[in-house]
Amino acid sequence: MGATAKATNTITRKKYAMIFALIGAALILLSIIVAVAAPKDQVYDLWMYILLVGIATGAYGISQLLRKEQHSVPVEFSRSNAKTFLTNNAIMIALLALVVFIMIKEPRFMKYQVLLDIMTQASPRLIIALGICFTLLIAGTDLSAGRMVGLAAVLSTSMLQTATYANRFFPNLPALPVIVPILAAVAACVLFGVLNGFLVAKFDMHPFIATLATQVMIYGACSLYFDMPPNNSQPIGGVRPDFTVIGQKKIFQNVGGSTFVGISVLIPIALITCVIIWFVLNKTVFGKNVYAVGGNREAAVVSGVNVFKTIMLIFILAAFLYGIAGVLEAARTAGATNNYGNGYELDAIAACVVGGVSLNGGIGKIGGIVSGVLIFTVIQYGLQFIGVSPMWQQVIKGIIIAVAVAIDMGKYRRR
Amino acid sequence: MGEYVLEMNNITKEFPGVKALDNVSLKVRPGSVHALMGENGAGKSTLMKCLFGIYAEDSGEIILDGKPQKINSSKQALDLGISMIHQELHPIRFRPVMENIWLGRFPKRGPAVDHKAMYEKTKELFKEVDLDVDPKTLAGNLSASTLQLVEIAKAVSYNSKIIIMDEPTSSLTENETAHLFKIIKKLQSEGRAIIYISHKMEEILKISDEVTIMRDGQCVGTWPANELTTDLIISRMVGRDMTNRFPPKEYTPGTDVVFKVDDICSPLPRSFQHVSFEVHRGEIFGIGGLVGAQRTETVEAIFGLRQIASGTIYKDGKEIKIKSPRDAMKHGFALLTEERRATGIFPTLSVLDNTVIATENEGKLVHHSIINNFARKKAATDSNASMRTKTPSMLEQMQNLSGGNQQKVLIARWLLTDPDILFLDEPTRGIDVGAKYEIYTIMQQLIKEGKSVIMISSEMPELLGMSDRVMVMCEGRVTGIVNAGECDSVKVMELATKFM
Repeated sequence: MGATAKATNTITRKKYAMIFALIGAALILLSIIVAVAAPKDQVYDLWMYILLVGIATGAYGISQLLRKEQHSVPVEFSRSNAKTFLTNNAIMIALLALVVFIMIKEPRFMKYQVLLDIMTQASPRLIIALGICFTLLIAGTDLSAGRMVGLAAVLSTSMLQTATYANRFFPNLPALPVIVPILAAVAACVLFGVLNGFLVAKFDMHPFIATLATQVMIYGACSLYFDMPPNNSQPIGGVRPDFTVIGQKKIFQNVGGSTFVGISVLIPIALITCVIIWFVLNKTVFGKNVYAVGGNREAAVVSGVNVFKTIMLIFILAAFLYGIAGVLEAARTAGATNNYGNGYELDAIAACVVGGVSLNGGIGKIGGIVSGVLIFTVIQYGLQFIGVSPMWQQVIKGIIIAVAVAIDMGKYRRR
Repeated sequence: MGEYVLEMNNITKEFPGVKALDNVSLKVRPGSVHALMGENGAGKSTLMKCLFGIYAEDSGEIILDGKPQKINSSKQALDLGISMIHQELHPIRFRPVMENIWLGRFPKRGPAVDHKAMYEKTKELFKEVDLDVDPKTLAGNLSASTLQLVEIAKAVSYNSKIIIMDEPTSSLTENETAHLFKIIKKLQSEGRAIIYISHKMEEILKISDEVTIMRDGQCVGTWPANELTTDLIISRMVGRDMTNRFPPKEYTPGTDVVFKVDDICSPLPRSFQHVSFEVHRGEIFGIGGLVGAQRTETVEAIFGLRQIASGTIYKDGKEIKIKSPRDAMKHGFALLTEERRATGIFPTLSVLDNTVIATENEGKLVHHSIINNFARKKAATDSNASMRTKTPSMLEQMQNLSGGNQQKVLIARWLLTDPDILFLDEPTRGIDVGAKYEIYTIMQQLIKEGKSVIMISSEMPELLGMSDRVMVMCEGRVTGIVNAGECDSVKVMELATKFM
């Protein structure tokens, strides 16, 4: 791996693993030196990044060492192996190069707050992408995701305004427990998820069309709700602080008297969601059936898979996740309009696809989706950081989608 | 021109993990039928795909008419005078037959496609191969066997020097096969060479001039067909002697009826009508007939994949209702479908997932819908071991296995559900002799355990050799149920063509 040597030469796997472990150790040492010796106002928290890379490299080396059964297979450095490595990791390498470039151009990017910011921004997107990946895995799609986010945001905030706010959506609404409007918002999304699933499973409609229809319906319904007097399409504000805390709370802030800025609560929420979805997809019969229906629907029917139930569950679960993401977005921004979430589904699909989910169904992993979402967030944040115009950002995003998928397709082509 | 129209010398092709071709050579004389034989996974199709520009060989040379050629695409192969009839047909279903034939080389008038000329040319072509089909028929409306003949007509239309036929008779009836052979003789007399891949020994010996046998990606040798016998070919293909094509029967079926179908009718008037039969415990019940006799439709309807308008089904004396494959599985049925790719395998999933899916959906091997990694892995490993499936690992993607091994995984899938009654629809189609014998042995094993097998087969020796009784169908109706031991292929053919 990782070598560009022209001639073919091999080393034993043990030696190979040792090299990685040593590089990892060296990087960890380097990070300590940087942390102690380097001027803080010039390299900020560079040591932390070096440490992370060092730990990752070392862990890889040690994992190779521990896998005893592979020790007999030597590692070959050849042109074709290097090529495979490059195509398999092209996006990650490009991302690393971009990060290094931005760090050189704008050293403030090395601050650890930047990393936390990126992860916070990525969190709601990750939840939406995790929902949409189910629909992609059965060779479908879900165009209604973004509008469901908007619906959940509008519904939850409309019932959670402070009593003293002048433009209340429901002027006479008593203070509800926070959980009630949240549940109502998520339930509304799930209802539309049922509709999506029913159209696809019962009438064998292509998900593109079925979810296009629901998307339009949801936006209409949401706008009608939003336009009800006395609100008349005013942006919803004055959101109760006991609700916004769900999206704005920072944990471990100033922990132990330090100046630590704190970790947004969104990050652990997204991580937990990730773990749950990974479990559902890999450890339950439902998850196995999702891959089966995506891989060959006819064969799934013959094998006794309840395809109707599987498809229904997919769209319901996806809608549930969009609802959660919508509530979190509303809490994070402390407000909502009927245009919230517009176009989020396309970002989520792009992130999934860049993360290796096949639009032909049956192929895709959670790890890929996480990296897909992170890549897009880093690029957006990073380009903004060095002052690239939003229009150029769009162009670059488009190019990345095209190139990433082209490389990914190349992996599956056999010749 | 030299002695050979085509020489493939020392072709080697490696896929990740497998050496598909290892120094293989093939020499074909003009105007001859050259048969290419070998078990599934021996490398026949890979070799032909190298010749046809679908795969690029790693090393070796291809010499056409004495000139070395590097073939990079199918288009180039066609231009060089090589055409190929693929094992699996992929017609464009919603376009007319004629557009399927002339795709990529439509006759033109100015910038527009000349439909009239295309129609005439197709008619002429069909006349040449004696095919009575309107060129404007949609390809999707043709039966598998007619499509196969259309595909052959298409290959003829290229005017190629070399025509590769990969299992051209797998979906043809005996009459249609005879028809194909007439066409082949004609092509031969025009000086064209045919490379003919088939598993059917009788056909090979009848039609070919020379036979090249492959085994495990290597060339065993080339012999004139008249020096070979079925037994010789088989022993060279598998590398050992095979005296019996069917395992000996050691078990006589019971007399109690475990499964009974009484007068079932399809809602479609041209499909199966008034089908009744009984199956005993420990019996292999064969269903014979020509392609289009609605045998598959009947069995799929019993399994809940198609509708039944009237009639009743009994299991162990009790009337049962089956509305879906899930219902059928609950009653102890299993169905190995005819179309392995379309309705059998999950190509992108692992062998493991492919094996356990039916069982897991019955709620076994799982605890509250959560899978049990250890149990599923053990079940799949054991089940595939008993089938002698060849796979690098349980985690290999299904699409990387050869056809015969995929079939074994599918049988393993159904055996794992522990069925009482197993429907096998063409269980050995496109499978090599070795694997065939293994599947026959498994069938014998099953009836010994008191299960019953219902087998649809279009191969007469298999149908008569394996079954205890044979039901013959023609145009959706049962024309007779006979004891296999007291019957010959002539009698079965008579019944199969009763209404024709």
